[in-house]
Amino acid sequence: MYPSSFDYRRASSVQEAIAMLSSDEDAKVLAGGHSLIPLMKLRLASPSMLVDIGRISNLSYVRKEGSQVAIGALTRHRDVETSELLAHEVPILSKVAGQIGDPSVRHVGTIGGSTAHGDGAADFPAALLALGATMVAEGPSGRREIAASEFFKGFLETALAPDEILTEIRVPTGFTKYAFQKFNRRAQDWAIVGVVAVRGERTNVGFINMGPTPLRATAVEERLSAGASVEEAAAVADEGTSPSADINASVEYRRHLARVLVKRALSELG
Amino acid sequence: MRVEVTVNGQERVADVEPRTLLVHLLREHFALTGTNVGCDTSSCGACTVLLDGESVKSCTVLAAQADGRAVTTIEGLADLDGTLHPLQRAFQENHALQCGYCTPGMVMVSMSILAEHDTLDEATVREGLEGNLCRCTGYHNIVKAVLAAKEAMGASR
Ligand SMILES: Cc1cc2nc3c(=O)[nH]c(=O)nc-3n(C[C@H](O)[C@H](O)[C@H](O)COP(=O)(O)OP(=O)(O)OC[C@H]3O[C@@H](n4cnc5c(N)ncnc54)[C@H](O)[C@@H]3O)c2cc1C
Ligand code: FES
Ligand code: FES
Repeated sequence: MYPSSFDYRRASSVQEAIAMLSSDEDAKVLAGGHSLIPLMKLRLASPSMLVDIGRISNLSYVRKEGSQVAIGALTRHRDVETSELLAHEVPILSKVAGQIGDPSVRHVGTIGGSTAHGDGAADFPAALLALGATMVAEGPSGRREIAASEFFKGFLETALAPDEILTEIRVPTGFTKYAFQKFNRRAQDWAIVGVVAVRGERTNVGFINMGPTPLRATAVEERLSAGASVEEAAAVADEGTSPSADINASVEYRRHLARVLVKRALSELG
Repeated sequence: MRVEVTVNGQERVADVEPRTLLVHLLREHFALTGTNVGCDTSSCGACTVLLDGESVKSCTVLAAQADGRAVTTIEGLADLDGTLHPLQRAFQENHALQCGYCTPGMVMVSMSILAEHDTLDEATVREGLEGNLCRCTGYHNIVKAVLAAKEAMGASR
């Protein structure tokens, strides 16, 4: 299967990539290509131009900045999985990264690509939402920061403008307890439902595949801060979610999984 | 567009459409047909090759993304005189293949697993093979072969 034809441009800097994107409204950014190329092969996406940002070397890094860790958008899943700094400061991200797809996917896919794709079924977006991360974007009119809670807008839709590049993701340290429950039937699969729970001063819970966008388990978080037990909080886990049915699970089954997995995740937090 | 790739240690050049996938560059432009296409949807791993030493699924990488980089395919493992790589020998000795369709991909992903781990146990190998499907052997002998190769390669160092 071939994608339909497109122009290919390779950007050597963020500025150059923005200029290329601004020149063609049907242009798309190419990072690892592990979401975009499958869509293009199925002709579900047919951009007229690909702006390859994969060679912009200063977009791949993990560094501590005060009480946050800054992660360059081109940092690959493999690099997140094996980063000693993240293992120490934001261990939930290393754990989540290590369960994305399979090793060959993790050698190519990037955290920026996964985030900019904004898939409600993907792992990083829900983790970043639970952590309250900040996305840093650059466009023709400069640099802006977008809170994770404002970033995921709809099905595969984010707050990024078509000519904006996600350059960095900033995650807070301090969530020292964490749990990741990814329920699937075969090892390399996507989550049928997944739960990311992190606890620092408060407990935040993110859902994978419980709606068209990644979600916070608001009902659970509210109950917990009101002093509810794990069982009481988990019992309302699917409140406010809107899962869909597919070949793997019905809506009811997903709601059931949400309650079970939240209970497991919260129990794991201790 | 012109792409220049170091394939199995040799500089290769081709003029391709931007939409050309790495697997087609290898098979159709460079006549290296050892790399197979199975699912063509990034699920089975039959098309796995090494890009700068790390396993990737070449049906989901553009030839343009490999431009200026090094690719290793199954054809690049044996010595020029035909002596098999220790990993290939381990596959043979452990009966790690039946029809052989998945084998090039299995071997290449295993090269990555061997390179990324100083020591290996069965669970690590099984997790490393997650993205590669075999419809014949049931994985058991493939896992045995990778562990045997690790031992053989450690011993020869
Ligand atoms: C076999 C397989 C299994 C997978 N399993 C999982 C899984 O279990 N869990 C999971 O979460 N994911 C999974 N994925 C998806 C994988 O994580 C992708 O790598 C990731 O979603 C996209 O990252 P990328 O760098 O490849 O982005 P690309 O595919 O290059 O881009 C994705 C989208 O984001 C845009 N984009 C990319 N980078 C930027 C940027 N910096 N700024 C602005 N826009 C940008 C692109 O234009 C495109 O629209 C799987 C993929 C495959 C092929
Ligand atoms: S052919 Fe590439 S993963 Fe199956
Ligand atoms: S040996 Fe036949 S598919 Fe693996």
